[in-house]
Amino acid sequence: MTEPLYRVQALTRRFTDAGRHVLALDGVDVEVSRGERLGIVGESGSGKSTLVRLMTGLDRPTSGTVWFDGEQVSGRPERELGFLRAAVQLVFQDPRSSLDPRMRVGDVITEPLRSRLVRRQLGTGIDHRERLAEVLTAVDLPPEAADRYPHEFSGGQRQRIAIARALAPKPEVLIADEPVSALDVSVRAQVLNLLTDLVRDQGLTLVLVSHDLQVVRHLCDTVVVMQAGRIVERGSTSRVYESPESDYTRALLAAVPRIRIDPSATDHPVTTPGA
Amino acid sequence: MSTPPTSLLEVTDLGVRFGHRRIEAVRAVSFSLEPGQRLGVIGESGSGKTVTALAVMGLLPENATASGSIRVAGTEILGLAEPELARLRGNVLSMVFQEPMTALDPTMRVGRQVAEVLRLHQGAEPGRARERVVDMLTRVGLDDAERVADAYPHQLSGGQRQRVILAMAVINSPRLVICDEPTTALDVTVQAKVLRLLDEVLTESGAACLFISHDLAVVSQVCDQVVVMLDGRIVEAGTVAELFTAPRHPYTRGLVATARLDLVEPGQRLPVVEDFYEADEVRS
Repeated sequence: MTEPLYRVQALTRRFTDAGRHVLALDGVDVEVSRGERLGIVGESGSGKSTLVRLMTGLDRPTSGTVWFDGEQVSGRPERELGFLRAAVQLVFQDPRSSLDPRMRVGDVITEPLRSRLVRRQLGTGIDHRERLAEVLTAVDLPPEAADRYPHEFSGGQRQRIAIARALAPKPEVLIADEPVSALDVSVRAQVLNLLTDLVRDQGLTLVLVSHDLQVVRHLCDTVVVMQAGRIVERGSTSRVYESPESDYTRALLAAVPRIRIDPSATDHPVTTPGA
Repeated sequence: MSTPPTSLLEVTDLGVRFGHRRIEAVRAVSFSLEPGQRLGVIGESGSGKTVTALAVMGLLPENATASGSIRVAGTEILGLAEPELARLRGNVLSMVFQEPMTALDPTMRVGRQVAEVLRLHQGAEPGRARERVVDMLTRVGLDDAERVADAYPHQLSGGQRQRVILAMAVINSPRLVICDEPTTALDVTVQAKVLRLLDEVLTESGAACLFISHDLAVVSQVCDQVVVMLDGRIVEAGTVAELFTAPRHPYTRGLVATARLDLVEPGQRLPVVEDFYEADEVRS
C-alpha cells in the first residue's frame, strides 16, 4: 500500500472572537492519494476553507496533524515549508481580489517562480519566459496577454490567469477554493472544462472546495461533506450524489437550483422584445 | 404590440450611453410589466441587464445618458427630478442588490436601517416603527427578530443580511420589487431559502418583480416570463418553458445548454455558449 500524498489527522481549529469560542474544525481526518480528485463540500462556516488553510500551512491547527508526502506541515515555520510551496498551488474564488492589479499578467504568473522558497526547491533551471509561454498556452490565453493588466480581462479570463499562475511552478497538487462560484453560468462551463483537461493532461492531484455538489460531481472522484467543522459523509462522488446517506447531504443536493417550469405560465404572455 | 396604459412598468425603446465616448450599454429595449407580474432578465456580465434595472430605478450614474421612455404607473421616469424619484423609490419601487454587505450601513443597527425606510416614506412614529420592523423581520424568516434588529450588519450571516435587505425592500408594500442577482453571493442552501422566501413575499403582497440574474435556473424559481439580453439588446422573450424547450436565438440555446451541468457525464466536456453562438469579439 502506498502512503497517501496528504494525511490529515484529528485536525481541530478553535477561533476566539470577542470572548466566544468557535470550533471551526472539530476532529477532521482526511487522506488524499496521488492523482486523486477530492471534493470538499459544505456551506459557509462548515470549516472547508479552514481545512484548506491548514493543509497549505497558511494557518496553524489547535490540535492534530497535517502531513504532505511524508513530511509534517502543521507546526512548522514558513521557512521550512519550501517542499509544500513548490508542490501545492492554490486557486481562489474571486480572481479580482487574488490578482495584484498593479502587476502585468506575465509578472503575476511568474511570481511564484521568483519566491525564494520555491526557487530553492525547484533549482534555478526554470526559464521563466519559457514557462510563462507554456502555461499561457495551457490555459488558452494568447501570448500578448502577458503584457496587459488583470483589469483588462473578463472574470473568466482572470480565473484562467489565476490558474496559469498556479501551474507555473509545476505543482503536484492544485487546490481550488470555489473556483467558479463568482463566475457567470455561461463562463463556468469553460473554466470547468479547462480544469478537467489540465488535471488529466498534467496528472495533477486536485482538491476542490465548493458549496455546489454538481460542480464537485463533475470534477471529483471522491468527496467529503462537511457541516459545522465535522465530516458528515464521505465516499465516491457518484455514490454520494446518487444515494446520499446523511440528511445534510440530501439538503445540499436539494438546494441546487434546477430550471423550474410552471405549466400554467403560457397563459399570460406579456413581453414584447424590441417592440 | 400596444400595451394598455394601465401597465405598471412600460419601457419603450430604452437606450443608455456612458461617458464622453458614448458607449452604448443598452439599445432599443422595450418590455412591459402588469401589476403582480414577474419578469426575469437573464444575460451575462456586461449584457446591459443591471443598467436597465438602474434606469428603471432612476439610479443611473451621472455620466449616463438615457433615451426612450420608462413609465412607472403612468409616470415618466426619464428626466424626473430627484425628489420625485426618491418618492417613487420606496413607495412604488424598491430594489434588492447582490451584495447585502454593501447595501447596508455598517455603522447602524439593522433595525434602525429598516425603520429609516419606513420613516422616510410613511412618516411612522419611532415607537410604532420598531414594532413594525420586528414584525417584518419575523415575516422574512428571521427567528430572533428582536436580536437581529439590535445587531450590526457584520454580526449577521450572509443569509440573514439578505433577509434584512428583503425586509427593507418590501416593508412599504411597493408595487414593483427589482432584484439584481439577489442570491449570487450566497451558498446554495441559503440561496434556495431566500428564493422561496422572495416567492412567498411577492405572492403575499401581490407586488410585481423584475428579477435579474445570469442563471436561468435561479430566475425560474421566481419568474415564469423571461427576456434574454445580449450586448445591450433583448434577443429573445418568452416563458421559461418556451425558452427552455424551444430556444430560438442561438445565444439562448447556449445559455440553456450551459445551465444543465447534471446532463453531462462527470469528466466529459461541458457544452459552452460558443458551441451555439460565436460572438464578434472574444468575451470570456
